[in-house]
Amino acid sequence: MGKITLRNVTKKFGEVAVIPSLDLDIEDGEFVVFVGPSGCGKSTLLRLIAGLEDTSGGIISIDGVDATAMPPAKRSLAMVFQSYALYPHMSVRKNIAFPLKMAGMDAAAIDKKVEGAAKVLNLTSYLERRPGQLSGGQRQRVAIGRAIVREPKAFLFDEPLSNLDAALRGNMRLEITELHQTLKTTMIYVTHDQVEAMTMADKIVVLQAGHIEQVGSPLDLYNHPANVFVAGFIGSPRMNLVTGADADAESATTIGVRPEHLDISTTAGKWAGKVSVAERLGSDTFLHVAVPGHGSMTARGAGEVALSHGDTVYLTPQSGKVHRFGADGKNLA
Amino acid sequence: MARTVTTNQKITYTFFAWAVGLIIFFPVLWTILTSLKTEASAVASPPEFLGADWTLQNYADVWQRSDYPRFFWNSVIISIGSTLLGLAIAIPAAWSMAFVPGKRTKDLLMWMLSTKMMPAVGVLIPMYLLFQKTGLFDTRIGLILALMLMNLPIIVWMLYTYFKEIPGEILEAARMDGASLKNEILYVLTPMAIPGIASTMLLNIILAWNEAFWTITLTTVDAAPLSAFIASFSAPQGLFYAKLSAASTMAIAPILIVGWFSQKQLVRGLTFGAVK
Repeated sequence: MGKITLRNVTKKFGEVAVIPSLDLDIEDGEFVVFVGPSGCGKSTLLRLIAGLEDTSGGIISIDGVDATAMPPAKRSLAMVFQSYALYPHMSVRKNIAFPLKMAGMDAAAIDKKVEGAAKVLNLTSYLERRPGQLSGGQRQRVAIGRAIVREPKAFLFDEPLSNLDAALRGNMRLEITELHQTLKTTMIYVTHDQVEAMTMADKIVVLQAGHIEQVGSPLDLYNHPANVFVAGFIGSPRMNLVTGADADAESATTIGVRPEHLDISTTAGKWAGKVSVAERLGSDTFLHVAVPGHGSMTARGAGEVALSHGDTVYLTPQSGKVHRFGADGKNLA
Repeated sequence: MARTVTTNQKITYTFFAWAVGLIIFFPVLWTILTSLKTEASAVASPPEFLGADWTLQNYADVWQRSDYPRFFWNSVIISIGSTLLGLAIAIPAAWSMAFVPGKRTKDLLMWMLSTKMMPAVGVLIPMYLLFQKTGLFDTRIGLILALMLMNLPIIVWMLYTYFKEIPGEILEAARMDGASLKNEILYVLTPMAIPGIASTMLLNIILAWNEAFWTITLTTVDAAPLSAFIASFSAPQGLFYAKLSAASTMAIAPILIVGWFSQKQLVRGLTFGAVK
């Protein structure tokens, strides 16, 4: 079981309220991703759940038990850190065995568990090495190994992939998702990378300045962003946001259109502009268009689009695909 | 980009390095050479090198006239004793300053260091009287306490800088892995800090061994260490340069040997944090 509930949780550093007041429910077995710009309080929130920071108010309960004042060691949670935080003076075997040793398990049982975890994570031939002799990806696997052997109630990941190169990050993303499908244990994952959030999460929590902006499934957030912030933050390239007369015409303060919901034409359309950059990815082409009065807008064309720098282009939003936001930034739909 | 060094530059740097090394070592070398001359040869002007009468007689005389082993053991007990006591106090102190710093931790550290800026002679009279009244005068325990207090700021500072280099996330990982505070210290922190603790210990033993002001002032016979042993050859028996040099050589030899064998550790300790 790994149900985690936060009620009126606050965190202040001196006079600064990093997390003003927050409620959140994380169900057993869910893969929850905290996402937001740097400094939004997502890592602090994770550390509060872990017990590495004390709350300034509110209650954190794990499986219905009030864990607010429990030390980290008693919470039965495992954490994977951004810096891996392996014990440099211990071999891989001893690193993975450490939590079991702390739990007082006997040596034979520890060996069996370590061998099992090493097999799952392809670390068997590295067991006698020190962390310093491993690559970044291998170190990250050791950190995950150390987390899984103790069968925690939930896994906490603090930006675990940000030290890895792009290719490795993609692989590890898959491995962690597969791990979740196998273990079916609650996972809380902190990232500033919205692609990681979209691809891995059952539920995304978008944070800004310690507030929860929206909670929902990845596609929920993508298709129905609750406000301008979420609309701009989720999706890559980001949503085009337009204010002024065009927004007024839709009875809104701001309207938003995703790049793939803009029809591209060379003859006629709603907004005329000139292509500043055409990014060709093979499968898609992203056109960055300078539209007078609206700044730069991004449109996505399928496959190869025969337009390049300086060409005139017309962009038209597809009907029913325009998001409308009010003066308070909230979605009007 | 790697910086290229020409052969000429290399020769110049090497020359200067040797020159500086020799200048620093010269007094020690001179002492050792003088200890091997006769008294007449030692005071000859201009100084004699090749034509000097070389002899080991001074060492025999010094050994016969004084109780070298007693001074030696006093030095060993006082320097190791003050170091161990200092570490016992400094480790927890540096620990808390590095990992659970308070608002005033920096001020506290600066204040501790500022005590080193005071000339020792400034507290000579109160210390002397204090030692006399409490019966600590001319006792090993008295000197252990005095030297421990003198060097404590340096020990705390060195350990503090060392502990600061240990990433906090590793300690947090240990906490998440279910380690109690005791186990966190025992299995994670201490093994990672051992090089730092060892180099701090070595430096402190050397400082305590070489300390002369308090060891000479606060002892007469029973607790007198090697610094007092050297001093005893300069004052009461007139100036015998060769014998004084032999006594000095005998006093510095043990710590020189310890320093030589542990230089790797010492250099690592003193430059820790400067290079990654």
